[in-house]
Amino acid sequence: MFPPNSVGLVKTQTLTFAEDEPFQLESGAALRPVTLAYETYGRLNADRSNAILICHALSGGAHAAGYLAPDDAQPGWWDDCIGPGKAFDTDRFFVICSNTLGSCYGSSGPSSVEPATGEPYGLRFPVVTIGDMVRAQVKLLDHLGIDRLLAVAGGSMGGMQVLEWAAHHPQRVRAAIPIATTARHSPMLIAFSEVGRQAIYADPAWNHGDYYTSGKRPDAGLSVARMVGHITYLSDESMQQKFGRRLQGRERYGYEFLTEFEIESYLKHNGDKFTRRFDANSYLYVTKALDYFDLAGRHGGRLAAAFDGSTELAFLVISFTSDWLYPSYHSKELVKALTAAGCDVSYLDIESSWGHDAFLVEVETMTRLLGSFLDRLAGET
Amino acid sequence: MSVSDQQAAAYAALRPDLQAVADLTPPGAKVLDLGCGDGALLDFLVRHKQARGRGIELSEAGVMACVRRGLSVRQGPLEEGLADYPTASFDVVILSQTLPFLDNPAAILAEMLRVGKSALVSFPNWGYWRCRLELLLTGRVPLAPDLPQPWFDAPRWQVVSITDFAQFCQRVGIAITAEIYLNRGRRVRIIKVKNLLATTAVFRLERQAWSGQM
Repeated sequence: MFPPNSVGLVKTQTLTFAEDEPFQLESGAALRPVTLAYETYGRLNADRSNAILICHALSGGAHAAGYLAPDDAQPGWWDDCIGPGKAFDTDRFFVICSNTLGSCYGSSGPSSVEPATGEPYGLRFPVVTIGDMVRAQVKLLDHLGIDRLLAVAGGSMGGMQVLEWAAHHPQRVRAAIPIATTARHSPMLIAFSEVGRQAIYADPAWNHGDYYTSGKRPDAGLSVARMVGHITYLSDESMQQKFGRRLQGRERYGYEFLTEFEIESYLKHNGDKFTRRFDANSYLYVTKALDYFDLAGRHGGRLAAAFDGSTELAFLVISFTSDWLYPSYHSKELVKALTAAGCDVSYLDIESSWGHDAFLVEVETMTRLLGSFLDRLAGET
Repeated sequence: MSVSDQQAAAYAALRPDLQAVADLTPPGAKVLDLGCGDGALLDFLVRHKQARGRGIELSEAGVMACVRRGLSVRQGPLEEGLADYPTASFDVVILSQTLPFLDNPAAILAEMLRVGKSALVSFPNWGYWRCRLELLLTGRVPLAPDLPQPWFDAPRWQVVSITDFAQFCQRVGIAITAEIYLNRGRRVRIIKVKNLLATTAVFRLERQAWSGQM
């Protein structure tokens, strides 16, 4: 039914907490209650020392591996790396992935029902940060009875959560694997976030975030936001390779304003597809969380200071040569700071033409690298 | 295999100059290996000499091999990597058979003795008698027996002899506190004519009196 190296049929679970005492957020606001959707794969060992937390990127969810139904066409978003014999080997590790706060795959976010009104929150949902997302994940670990993770890993926004774990919850983690990420969201990254948000604001159906009961969703705005996103995940070279100047389903130019080039068709298709699976308000909240992320800023402008308490952790930092969204220099600055803080750090800038998407595409290299890094950690415990 | 047998086998598998470097590394030392390649030496030092090892390596293949061995290695140029480490953060900083390839050897050596309390350096010797004879008789720039790479291959190397290096150390206030000489992989006990008879030298370097510059 499923491929042999798949974790097979999985089920998304939920944890609800802060039902009495509200969950305090970095902004000063509070949330009550908080629900987190999560999945687990593999078995937790007797001394609870083989748990690995996977953190997802902007549009991901708790469903990282396996299939939710027997006839499910697509496995979870990181199925290539999670499963028996894969980079995160579920024969040996207990792998956890939870949907972040503010998102729309079962965790509390703007599309959740506000207890006070019985209606979806919309923009009444408080703005959350990467730090808030991670503190909610700490609650999940407490619930699962895991004192210390063997590793926390993730790419892009997932990598920021990894760094947040390492900097502010170091006693709960043995190793951190930040991939294709940054310790400080750059102005260029904020600029792209804002273009995406403006596309949503400009859609009349968005209606200041109040569209859940109107029957009209801001699909046009969200689709444009996603198209911009997709451009930033590719590279000049990967677009050349994947699409070139080829036309979609036609021989010659039509001299008209229709989707003509393959690259246009690809972006439009992905934009449309995205509106069927993601909530526009969540896009606003999650991109805002990205933009606020600045570990150095929270430690007097000195990134190394963020990791003063993290010297017991092993870091494996990975970047990709063609990633222009989170260019290698972001990772190099991180490695510099970790080195100055006295942390145990390995760093690799993987040669790839796939741009930011490489962290999902370069499976073979990642498997070889992560597999042996995790072997070493598992051998120590 | 017993632990000591394993250690002996691992030692025997090391390149001869790396065996010499391993001999000069005290047990339990904090070690930084510059240009650590596939991590063979670091792996030996960590497993068998209880070293706390770190490496810097330029090639992706090298870093990959090191991480697969369970070593902590950063990818990048030596200059950049060294600059990130605090002063005196290592007992030993190693540079094995890499000296002739450096763009700025004086700066690297200065940095090595900043981040490390001592440095272990091995390099091929172009002062070897056959190199001298080859230049004299054939007019060709000789290949060092322990670095048999033609002049037109990348990366480019710079010819250096034991006498050149010793004079440089004296000039900039570096003390050579231990020396091991090899002739095509075999250790040779020579005092006087080492520049003539050795194909590789392995030195332990320490700062004589830190002048703050080189």
